[in-house]
Order: sequence, then C-alpha cells, then structure tokens
Amino acid sequence: MTHILEMRDITKTFPGVVALDNVNLQVRQGEIHALAGENGAGKSTLMKILSGVYPYGDYQGDIVYEGEVKKFRGIADSEAEGIVIIHQELALVPELSIAENIFLGNEIARFGVIDWHATNELAADHLKWVGLKESPRTKVQDLGLGKQQLVEIAKALSKEVKLLILDEPTSSLNEQDSAALLKLLAEFRERGISSILISHKLNEISQVADSITVLRDGTTVSTLDCAAASISEDDIIRDMVGRSLSDRFPPRHPKIGELLLEVEHWSVRHPQHLDRRVVKDASFTVRRGEVVGLAGLMGAGRTELAMSLFGRSYGADIAGEVRIRGKAVDVSTVERAIAAGLCYATEDRKSYGLVLDDIVKHNLTLANLEGVANGPVIDHAREIRVAEDYRRRLNIKTSSIAQKTLNLSGGNQQKVVLGKWLFADPEVLILDEPTRGIDVGAKYEIYSIITDLAAAGKGILVISSEMPELLGICDRIYVMNAGRLVGELPAAEASQEKIMSMIIRTAEK
Amino acid sequence: MTSDEQAVGRGPGDRAAGRGAGALAEGGPSHFHFIRTHLREYGILVALIAIMAFFQIATDGILLKPVNLTNLILQNSYIVIMAVGMLLVIVSGNIDLSVGSVLGFVGALAAVMIVQWDVNYVVTGIACLAVGALIGAAQGYWIAYWKIPSFIVTLAGMLVFRGLTLWVLAGQSVGPFPHSFQLLSSGFIPDLFAVKGLNVFSLLLGIAASAGLAALALRSRLRAQKGGVVDEPLAFFLAKNGLVAVAILYMTWLLAAFRGLPNVLIIMALLIALYSFVTTRTTTGRRIYALGGNEKAARLSGINTERLTFLTFANMGMLAALAGLVFAARLNTATPKAGITFELDVIAAVFIGGASMSGGVGTVVGAVAGAFIMGVMNNGMSILGIGIDYQQVIKGLVLLAAVIFDVYNKNKA
Ligand SMILES: Nc1ncnc2c1ncn2[C@@H]1O[C@H](COP(=O)(O)OP(=O)(O)OP(=O)(O)O)[C@@H](O)[C@H]1O
Ligand SMILES: [Mg+2]
Repeated sequence: MTHILEMRDITKTFPGVVALDNVNLQVRQGEIHALAGENGAGKSTLMKILSGVYPYGDYQGDIVYEGEVKKFRGIADSEAEGIVIIHQELALVPELSIAENIFLGNEIARFGVIDWHATNELAADHLKWVGLKESPRTKVQDLGLGKQQLVEIAKALSKEVKLLILDEPTSSLNEQDSAALLKLLAEFRERGISSILISHKLNEISQVADSITVLRDGTTVSTLDCAAASISEDDIIRDMVGRSLSDRFPPRHPKIGELLLEVEHWSVRHPQHLDRRVVKDASFTVRRGEVVGLAGLMGAGRTELAMSLFGRSYGADIAGEVRIRGKAVDVSTVERAIAAGLCYATEDRKSYGLVLDDIVKHNLTLANLEGVANGPVIDHAREIRVAEDYRRRLNIKTSSIAQKTLNLSGGNQQKVVLGKWLFADPEVLILDEPTRGIDVGAKYEIYSIITDLAAAGKGILVISSEMPELLGICDRIYVMNAGRLVGELPAAEASQEKIMSMIIRTAEK
Repeated sequence: MTSDEQAVGRGPGDRAAGRGAGALAEGGPSHFHFIRTHLREYGILVALIAIMAFFQIATDGILLKPVNLTNLILQNSYIVIMAVGMLLVIVSGNIDLSVGSVLGFVGALAAVMIVQWDVNYVVTGIACLAVGALIGAAQGYWIAYWKIPSFIVTLAGMLVFRGLTLWVLAGQSVGPFPHSFQLLSSGFIPDLFAVKGLNVFSLLLGIAASAGLAALALRSRLRAQKGGVVDEPLAFFLAKNGLVAVAILYMTWLLAAFRGLPNVLIIMALLIALYSFVTTRTTTGRRIYALGGNEKAARLSGINTERLTFLTFANMGMLAALAGLVFAARLNTATPKAGITFELDVIAAVFIGGASMSGGVGTVVGAVAGAFIMGVMNNGMSILGIGIDYQQVIKGLVLLAAVIFDVYNKNKA
C-alpha cells in the first residue's frame, strides 16, 4: 500500500519547550490513522505543522505528501493539496449561517456575486451527508458544539478533501453522534479519503483505526498496525503512559449526608425564542458527599439548566427555587451564586472558561481573587503559591505559570478551568463535561479529585455525555431529555441501556 | 531554583510516565527568551530614551535645558493625566472619544464659575471633578448597562460636549483666572530651604521618589524569590531599576536648577503611582484586564462586568475634568476650541504604550511613556523648526510603527 503522507523527523520548538522531537508519522492511502498521546504530547502541534499553520521554516524535518516534499506556507497551501484540518477549537463564524460558514472563503459566486440558491442547496446536500438536520440558513451561534462539529466536517467536504485531519472531533459529541461521525469516516475511507483522527476516546480509536501512532512527550513511541494484530485499548494506554492502568475509576466510599442543593420547579426559556422552553419544571437535589450525574443527549438542556442556575448566565424568564442547606438562596447573579456556594465549570473553555491571552496563574485565581488578596490588594507571593499548588495537583503541563493559557494544549487548558473552580472552593460544584479532551491517565486524576471533594463533604453535579464516566463515578444519576428531567437512578441500578431507554421512552411520548 | 527547573520538577503525585512538559531547553532562564517575551515593556522605555537622546543631540542640548524640560512636562501634563484613565478604558475593551470635548467643557465651566460667578476656586475644582465623573458615568451607563458600543456613545458625547462648551462660553473666550487658580498648572512646589539657584526640597523629593521606587522593586523581587518564581534575570532587574532611578534623579536635578518641581508634575506622579498600583496590585485592576480579555469568561467568574465598565468611564470622566482644569489654568483662559483632537493624542499615547485594541493588554507606565514619546517628538520637532505638516505625518507613522511592532511581536511569540 502506498503512503499518502510521510512526516519525517519533525522537530518543533517554542520558547522554552521542545514540543516535537524528531517525530515520524506515516499515513497510508485511504486509511484511518489515529494519533494518540497524553495531553501536551504534541499531537495538535504536529497537525498544525502538516496543515501549514506553522509554516515551512518554522520546524525542522520534511513533509512528504503524495510522493513529494511539500513546503506549505499557510493553510491555503495545504488546502489546495486537499489537506483539510478541523481544529480542536472550532473555528466557525458564529454570526454567519451554516451555509455561509461552509463556503466561507470558497463562495459559490459569479463575478463576486454570491449565488445564494446554489449555496444553500449544496450546503443542504453536505449537511445531509454528515447527518445534520438543520436548515442551511440557521446561524451557527444557535447550534450546540456537537452540531458545529458536523458543520466543520461539511465544510471540509466542500473543499475536495483528500486527507482529512480531525483533532478530537468527538470530544464534544455524545455516543450516538460520535458513532455517526465514525461511520462517516468509514464512509470517507470507502471513497478513498484518508483521515487522521486525534482522540482521547480510545475505544473509538481501537474501533475504527487502521493504524495508530502514539506520541509521548514529543516523540514517536510506536506505530501500531491494526490489520496485523488486534489492538486493545490497554495496548494503546501502555504506549501512551509507559505502563498499564489497572483501573479507570478510583474506588468510591461515599458518605452521603444531608441535603445540600435543592432545585425546585426550575424553568428556563430560550433567550431569543421566548416561546421555546429549554428547561421545563426541573427539580433535583444534591446531598453532601454525593456525586450526582446528569445524563442526556446533546441538546437535552443540561448545560442550559446549569448555566441558568449559575447567576442566570443563560436564558430568559427563569423561574423556580434554589435552596442550599435548606435555605432559599439568591443565585440571580454569578457573584451571588458563588457567594452562596454554587460554582459552575463550563464545557466551553474557549468562550466561557478562560482568558486565553492571559497567563495561567491569573486564570487560576480569577474566580476567587479574594483568596489571594488582603482586602483589595493582591498578594503576589500567595498567588504564586496557589497557582503552583494547583499546577502540581492537576499536573498541568506548562513551561511556567506565567505562560499564556493560549499556548497550553487543549487538555491542559481544561485542567486550568477545573483548577480555577476548585480554588473557588464551593459547597456545590457543577462540572460540565469535566474530562472533555483529557487523556486517560489524567481522567483518572480528575475522577480522584471529584471523589476527594465529595469525601470532603461537598456536593458535585457532573454533566457528561460519556455514560461510562457517569456510571463510574456517580452515586445517583438524573436523566434529562428535551428540557425535562425524565428519570432518576441510583448508580448501583443504572446502566447505559436503562438510561437510553428512559430517554427513548420519553422521546416517543 | 530557576523557572525552567521548576517547569520540569514535578510534584510527588506525578504519573510515572511524566518526563516533563516536553524536553525543556537546557540551562537557566535564558536572557534571549526573556527579552523576546518582554520586548514590548522594555522596548517602550528604550524607545523613549532613544528619542530623547536623538532630539537632545539634534537640538544641541536644548531639549533637556531646565526651562524646556519644565515646559515639556507642563505641555504634556493633561495628555498624561487622561492617558492614565484611557488606559483603563482601553484595557477593558472600550474606547472614549469624548475626552477632548469633556476637557474643553469642564475648562469652560471652571472659567464661568470662577471668573463670571466668583465662586471660590477650590469649590469650583471639586465641583468640576464631580461634573466630569458624572459625565463619564452618564456615558458609562449606556455602555455598561445597555450595551451600546462605546465608540457610538462617546462619539455622541464628543459632539454634545463640544456643543455645550460653545454654549457655556457663549462663543467667547473667558478669562483670565485669579493667580491662585493658575498655580495648579504654572506653580512650583515651594522651596523649604533657601539655597540660591537650587530647589533643595525638590531635589530631596526626587531622591526620595527614586529610593522609594527602588525599594519597592527590590521588595517585590525578594517576595517573588520566596515564592520561587523570578523570571526576570538579575542583570535586567538591575539595569531597569538603575536606569529609572538615574533618570528620575537627573530630571529632578535639572528641574531643581530651574524653579523646582511643577505642581502638576506632583499630581501626575501621584496619579501614575496610584493607577499603576491599581492595575498591577489590586483585585479591581486584575478584573479589568480579565474583562477586556474575555468578557464572558470574566462574567462567569463572578465579576460584575457592568459595574466595572461603568466605573472605568466614570473614572475617565473625572480625569478628563482634572485635565480640563489643568489645561484651562495653563492657558489662563477657557476657549471654545480647547481640547479639540486631544482624544486622538490620548488614544495614540495608549496604543504607542503597548495597549491592545481588543482589550486585556496594556500598562499605565507604557501609556505614560507613550504620551511622552509623542510629547518629546512634538517639542523636539518644534525646536528644530519642522513644520506642523511634517510633524503630523511623523507622529502618524510612529503610531502605526508601534502598533505594527506589537502585532508582529504577537504573531512571532
Ligand atoms: N504557541 C505555543 N507556545 C508555547 N508552547 C506551546 C505552544 N503551543 C503548544 N505548546 C506546547 O507544546 C506542547 C504540545 O502541545 P499540543 O497542543 O501539541 O499537545 P496535544 O498533544 O495536542 O495535547 P492535548 O491532548 O491536550 O490537546 C505542550 O507542552 C504545549 O504547552
Ligand atoms: Mg491537542
């Protein structure tokens, strides 16, 4: 079989960091090639080199594509050759429609005048292919992250792609959508499109990949051929972290206490379409020492529920009652919610979680500046101590706490978001997709932190689209569908099938 | 313990595999790396010194003659005062185009109150500052709570207060001011020791200021050392602080040889110190940077973004009013034309000083240095007899160059 791509001895340094050190990658024509590795191993950096984000001259080594050494000077160069990358951080223009985004920079036009009819029609075709049921005229800002992901793929299709690079495409998708996307990749393979897939969901990798390259600390550790031998998740993990992980979840010994958070008859309307109710009469509780899960499909309203609770950060016409430790509390602004002991760690680190241009230290302390200040004056020494402490506890890979957050790898940015809310030290912590984009080893560490928080008497509400995760760490699970809480299960009785059947049953009604 | 070692040194709870965040470059904190990441901060000071040196030579030493130096400070005081407030506005992600008009309006108000109504100048001063804060607050209200873009609101404010200035003055110039009010801008701090030809008290103040600054810098470095994070190499620390101390001493020496430190210089120094402290050391300052960096993330971190935006504009209004008083006192009359296009000088100073158009980036010291770069160029070019036409062109190009430098630097890093 011929290689569509060979990256030879790629080395890339940033000030103070060697991100890639003589990395080799070979992708065969028409295969799905997975790229695995811990957070900060260099996966995204390697793909940015391939796609011309870091232009020729910024790195050492050769890119051999379709038998020729290529010197890409920008994304335009690589796209012209049929290499399309979908970044870890999505790059759509929120104010534009789906169709406009798909053909952005590639407009169907005659003499500079856009043919809207053809644009929308063709966009609809692409959308159908990727399985997205939305009008091409819908604005991207009205879509959830998962649907935006599909728009990105539709956009790639419009560019006559030969080699599709997906950087953690399924990290924001639930299982159905992930499965659909993987099927899509397999379809692409039938049509001769090769793809490179970066993912921390190792089950997906072992499902669809034809071969796997594992990176560790900026070097190639191994290349596994899935056709030659069957590769298990454990094999990948061993290469990724250098040892095998015996357990995916830390042991739990829950000590569940009194009621901590009670939410009653919570209702929220869509901020623009007031006739649409996004959360309908939701009531739930979280007890001291308890880890409660919130399961549901994408668009079920879980994030909307959490954000509307947290200082009315989402929605309009919010009604309902919130009690913490039995007392009614005012959570109408974020400031008050935090003061009442309720915090929310967002799923969308780029827009809601981080000041990317600011340094790690400042992001870590932002939600609790009082904790590092005497009155209005920040105690820099204390702030440094706190930041170093969280860096160590969460194992955040960065050259220094004075590094811009923007320069951290995706998974490490996620850890900064978590660290920020841990430092705010709430009574009740809502974690929205806390392990999105986080590698297997680090997931275990985050589960341990959640377990420890619960053991310390906090209440945790975890929103996650990964059901095994909810089953693995929660004591109780609520199931949400179409804005309604449709079921509640003790973790001991819960299973993926039960949760799914609850969702389907209510969907049919 | 160097910062690089720290990056590799991991805590006890590490995963067995952890070999560090990629292999790090060998050795201690590299000077080269440090310069690259801090180019802008040092760059602005180096640029200011270079420009001063250039004009000092080109004007045969006239630039730093005590008389001219005094003049230079007085000429630029109102721009510096407003630049400090504008920095906060720009860092928070907004802009204020109305400051020139507000300056003119407040000057006019002061003139009418003092000259025509015979109001005591202290009362007038306080009332004017309050009016300025109120004007800023009124604009800030629409910007913060109604989310009307600051460009629009303050553009309207610029027109409104330009018009009101004309109305208050009835189209005439109003003046002169009583001597005691003029002192605000043309006065010098008294000499407590009678030495001829040298204002000893001024000199002592200068010495105290440079010693104080050095002590503060040393203290924060020692503290950082205790916390384990010092990224500035010792040589840079010594060079920077040494240079600042020498510059202050030299300037006060020159000024002391003339008439001493101008009152307005003391006001400026206090403002610079206060706002530097606010931006770098206080929770409010940190929150303004976060607000400009990512408003949504700031709001979701419990920051009252509306109130903060509102306050930056109220503060800007008050500082514009102060600048208005200083300017009126300096001209010794209030004219309908006062303050026209000042907003552009102020905004240019802040951007030359390294602030970013998109918010979240900038320093008070940078903005002040930016104002003086413009000021020294104005002054130097005037001494050299360069026409106002070329002056404008050159200033425009300097602004463009500074911002291009920033963008280039950012893309590079
Ligand atoms: N612009 C930059 N400046 C400095 N360091 C950088 C920059 N970009 C990446 N790095 C560093 O390079 C290393 C590799 O980052 P990269 O984003 O490639 O990791 P990754 O394998 O994609 O991780 P993740 O799974 O978390 O997304 C990290 O240590 C990161 O901190
Ligand atoms: Mg990545």
